[in-house]
This record gives sequence, C-alpha cells and structure tokens, in this order.
Amino acid sequence: MSKISLWINTRFPLKEMWNDHAAKYPTPKNLNFWYFFGVFSLVVLVNQIATGIWLAMVYTPTSADAFSSVEHIMRDVPFGWLLRYMHAVGASAFFIVIYLHMYRGIMYGSFKAPRELLWLIGMFLYVILLVESASGYVLPWGQMSFWAIKVLITVFSVIPFVGKQIVIWLQGDYNVSGVTLHRFFAFHVIAIPLLILFLVWMHIIALHRVGSNNPTGMDVEKIPFHPYYTVKDLSGVIVFLFLFFLIVFYAPTLGGYFLENANFAPANLLVTPLHIAPPWYLAPYYSILRAIPNKLMGVSLATGAIVLLFILPWLDRSPLKSIHERSVWIKVALTLFVISFVGLGFCGTENLTDTNILFSRIFTVIYYLFFLTMPFYTKKM
Amino acid sequence: MSQDDDSIDAKRREFLTGATVTMGAIGVAAACVPFIASMLPSADAIAAGGPIHVKVSDMKPGDQLTVIWRGKPVWIIARGVDALETLHTDTNLLRDPDSTTDQQPTYAQNIFRSRKPQHLILVGVCTHLGCTPTYRPDPHSVSSDWPGGFFCSCHGSKFDLSGRVFKGVPAPINLEVPPYVYLSDDEILIGVDKV
Repeated sequence: MSKISLWINTRFPLKEMWNDHAAKYPTPKNLNFWYFFGVFSLVVLVNQIATGIWLAMVYTPTSADAFSSVEHIMRDVPFGWLLRYMHAVGASAFFIVIYLHMYRGIMYGSFKAPRELLWLIGMFLYVILLVESASGYVLPWGQMSFWAIKVLITVFSVIPFVGKQIVIWLQGDYNVSGVTLHRFFAFHVIAIPLLILFLVWMHIIALHRVGSNNPTGMDVEKIPFHPYYTVKDLSGVIVFLFLFFLIVFYAPTLGGYFLENANFAPANLLVTPLHIAPPWYLAPYYSILRAIPNKLMGVSLATGAIVLLFILPWLDRSPLKSIHERSVWIKVALTLFVISFVGLGFCGTENLTDTNILFSRIFTVIYYLFFLTMPFYTKKM
Repeated sequence: MSQDDDSIDAKRREFLTGATVTMGAIGVAAACVPFIASMLPSADAIAAGGPIHVKVSDMKPGDQLTVIWRGKPVWIIARGVDALETLHTDTNLLRDPDSTTDQQPTYAQNIFRSRKPQHLILVGVCTHLGCTPTYRPDPHSVSSDWPGGFFCSCHGSKFDLSGRVFKGVPAPINLEVPPYVYLSDDEILIGVDKV
C-alpha cells in the first residue's frame, strides 16, 4: 500500500493536498450550527450536477418538444420523477442554504479583513447561481418559464442606446423563442456549471488561505478539520438530507413555491398569466422592481440591492466582527434587514395590490438604509 | 551593434513584448467576433420575421384581432366613434399624449397613432417588462377614471385606446406601433412601411 502511495506522491501531491485541505487544516474549535451551510451547499451542488446530467439524457431543448419531454421524464422514464424533483427541490434548497450561509457571514462579520476577497468570490458565486437557476427555470418551457425569462431579458432594454439590440442578441430572435430556449440550455448545462466549479474552487482556496472565522470573531484554539469537522459535517449532512428528501417525496412543489402551478401549462406567447411571479429566491429584488413606478429607477434599485452586498466589507466600519461583541445598533439593524428581506420576498410572490406596493416600498427603504447608513451606526464612538 | 555583447537591449525587448501583446489582443478580439455574432438571429429567424397579411374586412367596432409577427402578438383594434372620442378627452391622464417618443412610424405620430383612425395596430408587448396587456375597452372597468384601453396585470401599467401610456405607472413609454401599410381597405400588410 505504502509503495503505491509513494509511487503516486512522487508524481502528484496527493498527500500534501489531503493534509493542507483536510487532515491538518486548522479549524476553530467552536464552529456552531451556522457553519453547516457551506458544506450543505457543496452537497446540493453535487446533487444538482448528478441529477442534471441524468435529466439532460432525456430532456429535449426545443420549443416544440421541451414541455412534453419534461412530462416524458415525469411519467415514462424510470425514476425520472425522482431525478427531476431532486433537481427542482435542489435548486430551492441551494438558495435556502446559500442565504443562511450569507446571513452567517453577515452575523459573525466573516466578510471583514482579511476575508474581503473570500466574501467577494462568494458574492460572485451567488450572482452566477442566480443566472444558473434563471436559465434552468426556462427549460420546462411552461407559462412561467416563458414569461419569467421574457421579463428578465427585457430588463436589459433599459441600457441606453443599445438596450434593444442587446435584448435581440440575447434572445437570438425577435422575441423569446425556441432559439432562446436552446441557448439557455447550453448556458445551463455547460457554461455556467464550469464557472460555478471554478468559483467554488477559488472560494475554498481563499478560505484555506485566511482560515475560518468563528462565532466569537476572535482568535480561538484550532483543531484539525479531519476527523473533528468531517464527522460533525457528516452528521449535519444526514439531517439535511433527511429534511431534503422529506420535501422531495411529500411536497416537491411546496405549495407552488418550488414548482409554480402556472408552469404546468405549456408556454403561450400570446397570453401572459394574470399573476406572474419569479422564483421565490429572486422575489425580494422583484418586489423592489415593482415598487418603483419608473422603469430605469426600478431596475437600478433592484440591481443596486445586490451590488450593496458586494461592498459590505467597506460599509461596515466596526473593528469588531461577531454580532455577540457588538453594539445594540447592529443587532437592531440586522433584525430590521432580515425582516425587510423576507418581507420583500413575500411581497414579490404575492399579487400586485396597493397594500403590497406600500409594504414593498417600506421594506425597500429599510433594506437600503441598512446598507447606506451602515458607515454611521458602525462607527466607533 | 556587436553580436558578442551579452547585455540586454531592454528597449528592444519592451517593444517586442508590447507588439506581441497588441497583436495577441487583436487576435483575441477577432476570435470573439464569430462567437458573439453567432448569437444574433439566424438567417431563417430573420426570414420568419418577414411581413404578414391581415384581412380586416370582418371586424366590427370594438373587435380585437391578434396575429403573430416576429414571435410577438400584434393587435388590430377596430375603433368606433365612442372609442375615438376618448382619445381627445383623456390626454391629462397621459405621460406622452403627442407620441413624442420614437415608438411609431411617422405616419402614426398623431392622436390616433394609426394610418386610419378606425384601425389601431399595436405590438401587444408592455413597454415595462414585456408582458402582454389585456384589452379592456369598457370605460370604468379598471378604475373609476378608466377611459378604456389596455391594462397590464403583471406590474399594473395602463395604456389608452391609442396605446398611449398613463402617468404614474411603471411602463415608461407608449406601446409600439409596428410598420404597416394598407394593401386595400380590407387588407393590411404588417412589417413594412410601403409595398
């Protein structure tokens, strides 16, 4: 055995990699529940790639056959329903764990020096993941697939002078059509997954350069990642998979939030569904877009809401990291922020009414104030 | 320059590096062209976007006819006297009553936004985010001051019976009037300005 290992390690740094990134990687000894979500997102990524490859074997990316090929997967392909539900629920699960992972980062100040670049790579991953899920959302070619992507692509028409040309270029046609579907399939299964894998690798390399933060935000005693955290993460993953498959088997559409009812009707370019909502993980930004009665401002503020997350490390001026160590102001601000984000998400999936617009506007203001006034309330008195 | 001199000509190297990088960058830019251009509409998509014939002889005032041109719904609305009357009275509700924004051919830049007042031809795509508004010709059917028009249920944009956008809605500009021409009183060719 050691002969084989010697043969390999003189040709490839296998042992070195294992030691650097697992066996000897020093990890704070006090990582709590919130530190599960990074490894959960890796598990979901593996799930998406595996089920995605199998779905691509039976899915047809043309406007004539896409919808029926999904029905074919659901009814005729052995275990096709399971693969599709694992993939669709996996997409939502991805965003649940990513949002909690990001919240952990904000709560414990994990975006602060020296982890700014780690946070930025993570934010790029988040945006790329939004693109990946939006392109996947198109593929079943149902009513929501068609109209959600129509709205998303039309957002680019606000770009001055070349907006209309960019929209046609993205669509590859004068309207969203089978051409658009086919290229989004290519993005969804090749281009973006490659980018995601590259960014995940960068994210982990950056983490292992600076080391994990911890709930106190201060230097604590370190223990090796393996076996302490491999075992801890594994037990967490078992609980996660238990909950995940509970949804896959018993509530795969989750009442229209994970798979929307309107998407069980084939795409019809002449009829917009009366109630059109984006997937829940995009809903907060969609609420902001709807709340502003001006197209350019609406698109700018919705995009700005994501941009603000990128510059978070430079908005927070407190030298302290963890919420446990910091003033009551950040606790109040963070609570209001969570309420506004969840509130915006809820408004974005509901029908457009005057009350809805009013609350969307209030939450938009709170969301923006959380970031824009941050340099002041985090300033050391 | 003597060949047995070992010293490095830094200037010469800098020039050569710069020249190589510049040529390389031009090459990369040129290599991008087919990839970007390949995503534009293909020859058959452009051909499929050609003009279409529409018969309007059977239309009565108030009727809506929807045809597909370039993958988008195009409406032909037959307007009666009552409908045309609202176009004169609703201008205070509108953002751009005189159609100053370039959303129509010049022959449709009038209060009716059409070649002939009795037929309105519009691209049925909301100028906000591309939903298809619904035709709501009856007065007061959407709100108390509603003169009749088009309502987009996606984000609440409103347009009058000429496709002119209301104030205070998310859509920024009037609905688009496509190029079209009358072949006779009963037949319209949509997609071109003249035969």
